[in-house]
Amino acid sequence: MRALDATPAAAPARSALGAPRAHVVAMGVMVLFVVLAPFILYPVFLMKVLTFALFATAFNLLLGYVGLLSFGHAAYFGMGAYVTAWSVKVLGLTPELGILLGGLTGAALGLVFGGIAIRRQGLYFAMITLALAQMVYFFCVEAPFTGGEDGIQQVPRGRLFGLIPLANDMVIYWVVAAVFVGGFLFLYRIVHSPFGQVVKAIRENEPRAISLGYRTDSYKLIAFVLSTFLAGIAGGTKSLVFGIATLTDVHWSMSGEVVLMTLVGGLGTVFGPALGALIVTAMENYLAPFGAWVTVTQGVIFVACVLAFRRGILGEIAARLKLDL
Amino acid sequence: MGITRRSILGGLALGGTGLALAPRPSWAQSSKKLRIGVLNDQSGPYRDVSGLNSVVCVKQAIADFGASAKGLEVEVLSADHQNKPDVGAAIARQWFDRDGVDMIIDVPTSSVALAVANVCREKNRVYINVGAGTAELTGSQCAPTTIHWAYDTWMLAHSTGGATVKTGGNKWFFIPADYVFGHDLERQTSQFVTEAGGKVLGHATYAFPGTTDFSSFLVQAQASGANVLGLANAGADTQNCIKQAHEFGLTQQARIAALLMFITDVHALGLETAQGLVLTESFYWDLNDKTRAFTARIKDKTPNNYPNMVQAGCYAGTLHYLKAVSALGVDRAKASGAEVVARMKATPTEDDCFGTCKIREDGRVLVPAYLFEVKKPSESKGPWDYYKLLVTTPGDQAFRPLAEGHCPLVKS
Repeated sequence: MRALDATPAAAPARSALGAPRAHVVAMGVMVLFVVLAPFILYPVFLMKVLTFALFATAFNLLLGYVGLLSFGHAAYFGMGAYVTAWSVKVLGLTPELGILLGGLTGAALGLVFGGIAIRRQGLYFAMITLALAQMVYFFCVEAPFTGGEDGIQQVPRGRLFGLIPLANDMVIYWVVAAVFVGGFLFLYRIVHSPFGQVVKAIRENEPRAISLGYRTDSYKLIAFVLSTFLAGIAGGTKSLVFGIATLTDVHWSMSGEVVLMTLVGGLGTVFGPALGALIVTAMENYLAPFGAWVTVTQGVIFVACVLAFRRGILGEIAARLKLDL
Repeated sequence: MGITRRSILGGLALGGTGLALAPRPSWAQSSKKLRIGVLNDQSGPYRDVSGLNSVVCVKQAIADFGASAKGLEVEVLSADHQNKPDVGAAIARQWFDRDGVDMIIDVPTSSVALAVANVCREKNRVYINVGAGTAELTGSQCAPTTIHWAYDTWMLAHSTGGATVKTGGNKWFFIPADYVFGHDLERQTSQFVTEAGGKVLGHATYAFPGTTDFSSFLVQAQASGANVLGLANAGADTQNCIKQAHEFGLTQQARIAALLMFITDVHALGLETAQGLVLTESFYWDLNDKTRAFTARIKDKTPNNYPNMVQAGCYAGTLHYLKAVSALGVDRAKASGAEVVARMKATPTEDDCFGTCKIREDGRVLVPAYLFEVKKPSESKGPWDYYKLLVTTPGDQAFRPLAEGHCPLVKS
């Protein structure tokens, strides 16, 4: 599983920008899809895909590159959604400030929770993050500002920078697309920076990284906070698109869903989680008319994925093509 | 082997062209057709409360109205919202923007119900909520496109709380779930109990979600000497409480008042466990000749399930909607949901399930509330013969007064 991330013996073909050519091509395909899709597919559905794609990509930074399985990412996603919704609706902030505040909430929570959780590895790490996320869930059930069962409803989309009204689906789509592409490039840069190299070294062999003089805990904590920051941004964006922030966003099943998206798309690949988000969300959306069969069909498809695509869909394709996607 | 880079690129290119050439679903071509969307839970905890039986009831209403004979073409769509507000809101938006749906009905689960209400308001389409209990739908979050049928939490608390005291249950003990819904239900019910001259002896709040063992709370209730045990919770929690209260013998000493329960839940529990329970519904199949006639029509299509008040509400709501549409004309009805709703409010409802009722300006349908007691197994004469009627609260008294709802549509 790890082998495909290791630098191949022959240096991969690089473009003028310094990124491997395969990445530039894949990035081009992705941006082309983001730009063309709203003219063919339903924009609201696409916005949901994009927010989950950002969420899954942020999650992949931890699981794929640091090797930490956080089973509580719904907490940062959901609190981001709540804080954005609340600040836009109650405080009357503009959407971009609201989303930023959602991201900062995710980062702040991540700093505290990450600080506690990174002291442990493997299963213990996953259980601690899950436990902390459940505390956030109970907080959201009880706290007055979240509206309990009903959630925060009727969140206005507002005006971007106080100028551009976002009520039209196509207008807000470009904002969401910009947030996604921006977040994606930010993560791409992190993963391929010297910092990213150190983080990958920690994943491969933590004692050796320590012996080389790296303070691994600090590196892990920074990666954790970056991941939760973008999870908060994704949650905040989603709450503006749908005008709601509810308990679904902080529920543990949301943490499970993001793990699923990452695994289906391809763990530790650059583009896999986004593809996984597209597949999972599309299933939820297009299977809805089949009523009770939704969950059954989803289950069958996941079993098939696990059996046929061990490395995730994109991971499998990349391995066949001997590419690092 | 097998997959080469070239074949993948080729596949991508083909897929891309296919996507670009795919016909966009267009609903402008057959705009005369009326489309009704039934949005509810078809796989989760409210499957039996709403689910496919609601769809059957909507179709029955279309048949009983004689839509095709009157020249109305009606199509029914349905979807499972999985009790997730974002899934519900996304389906609603897609139905309006892509599929040309004119009315959405049912929608249990408060958070989903409120989210869909806002989409319908924004898109100016009719929204008949039946499945959700939140009184906010006709309160501070009311909309000119919303109508709320069958029941709400205020009506349940009022009927079960107030009317039970009148029949002798005057010393209450509450077991509320520790979240907004549970606390609201307890607070409202306590208020009605005290107003009716009863006393609240105490309460034992339990952590929600995740509590399955209610024994310590039930023991506290037993020790308090109460003669009514009020369950301010819903779904599986209520069923667990009832089962355990039965095992503890609490039912000998006190009556159990379930504040949110349907005949389908009673059926699931069985009469042996559920006997003596008091609860409120606005529809019971064996109420009168008309409800029996309605149930006889629907029974063959819903094997093993009799309609409850939610499903009956879906029937009545669809029927009344179709009457308003045929009075207005399909073109005007498709143009403005608010106009259809205004028309529906202006005419009293008339159907086999609820009789003749008024729809208030905040969208509340004033159906009568019935306080029922669940029969003992020995009293039950046939399948689904479960309820004894204790008290009837007429529609104009059963719901929250207009002034207390703070609905912005109501001018004082």
